[in-house]
Amino acid sequence: MLTAQRLGKRYGDRRVLRGIDLDLPRGGFLVVTGPNGSGKTTLLRICAGLATPSEGKVERAAGRAEIGYLGHEPLVYRELSALENLELYGRLYRVPERRERIGMLLERFGLWEVRHERVASYSRGMTQRLALCRVLLHDPALLVLDEPYTALDEAGAELLDMQLAELRRERTFLVSTHDPARLEPLAEARLALA
Amino acid sequence: MSYARDVGALTRKDLLLELRARDTLPAMLLFVAAVFVVFHFALPATPSRLATTGLLWVAILFTALLALGRAFVPEREQRMFDGLVLAPCDRSAIWLAKSLATLAFLAAAEVVALPLYALFFHRVGGATVLAVVLADVGICAVGTFLGAMAVATRARDLLLPLLFLPLAVPIVVGAVGGSVSHAPGRYLAFLGLYDLLFAVICWASFEFVVAE
Repeated sequence: MLTAQRLGKRYGDRRVLRGIDLDLPRGGFLVVTGPNGSGKTTLLRICAGLATPSEGKVERAAGRAEIGYLGHEPLVYRELSALENLELYGRLYRVPERRERIGMLLERFGLWEVRHERVASYSRGMTQRLALCRVLLHDPALLVLDEPYTALDEAGAELLDMQLAELRRERTFLVSTHDPARLEPLAEARLALA
Repeated sequence: MSYARDVGALTRKDLLLELRARDTLPAMLLFVAAVFVVFHFALPATPSRLATTGLLWVAILFTALLALGRAFVPEREQRMFDGLVLAPCDRSAIWLAKSLATLAFLAAAEVVALPLYALFFHRVGGATVLAVVLADVGICAVGTFLGAMAVATRARDLLLPLLFLPLAVPIVVGAVGGSVSHAPGRYLAFLGLYDLLFAVICWASFEFVVAE
């Protein structure tokens, strides 16, 4: 599903990644760990197609429509409601039976009651739940999740555990985390960046 | 057909954002009205038509610059480019939608600006209205493209006018010519040609502007 060879990335004089090799088969679950500044986010951005590597190459079997990316930002408009944000993404990703799917995700992530409220009024945890709805909306084959548990309370984290476990067999995952123990039951491969 | 639907969804989003935040249009309206009021008192009692036509176009250009400077603020502040760039739609749809939304704001500002100009200075003729329409298309197409380039830089507030104003000179030449000439046809044709040429260039190269 995703392979990378001798991957490297520089920002000016600063080298962020060097010589990373990856082979993530379809249905694989790779957990990326490492301290702050080790290049986890950069690696995930390259793998999702949001950044180009300075060295090496990445090959993806998934097109843009099949990638679900969760970054440090929720990638939703704060002045729009949850429903309006998901409607926008649903249209751009041409999600079939869009309204039903949006409703199901908002229900599942506990946002149905506040679906018409602006995202600006949401707590950080609610915004992260909405970001997860956005990622799952188009049912992507490859999920690239950068520290997905950030800002989630225990209920939200358990909900995410359930989602990941449910999708584990059918989807391919590339997940970065500071808490690898949480993903231990799901992880198939691990990459520790120094 | 799906391209048109993407553009429609993105334009609707931009209009909705402005409706909620009201960041851009009120500032444009206040600015253009203030310019005319100030020049009404600063110029001689009966300023020439040539001079005030120049003033009209300077006011329109700088009012547009206000909108262009704010066009990509939501995308910059919330890193929304990542979300839009990942979506499987043609990336030029982002540029076209943003241009259409900016065009709508500029047109709304001009609905107020042109009667104000007529009130303070001179009557607005049909050729001037046509020049405004054609100039707006060029201003929004080029300005939105440059706005997307500038927003990625630290000196974005400085960079946009520096890039945009030189490229807007042909628009001013065509627009002023179209407004004051007795035979405005060739000036309007020049504006139309500018619009077509730059719209195609911006449409075809926007992909490279948003790629990291």
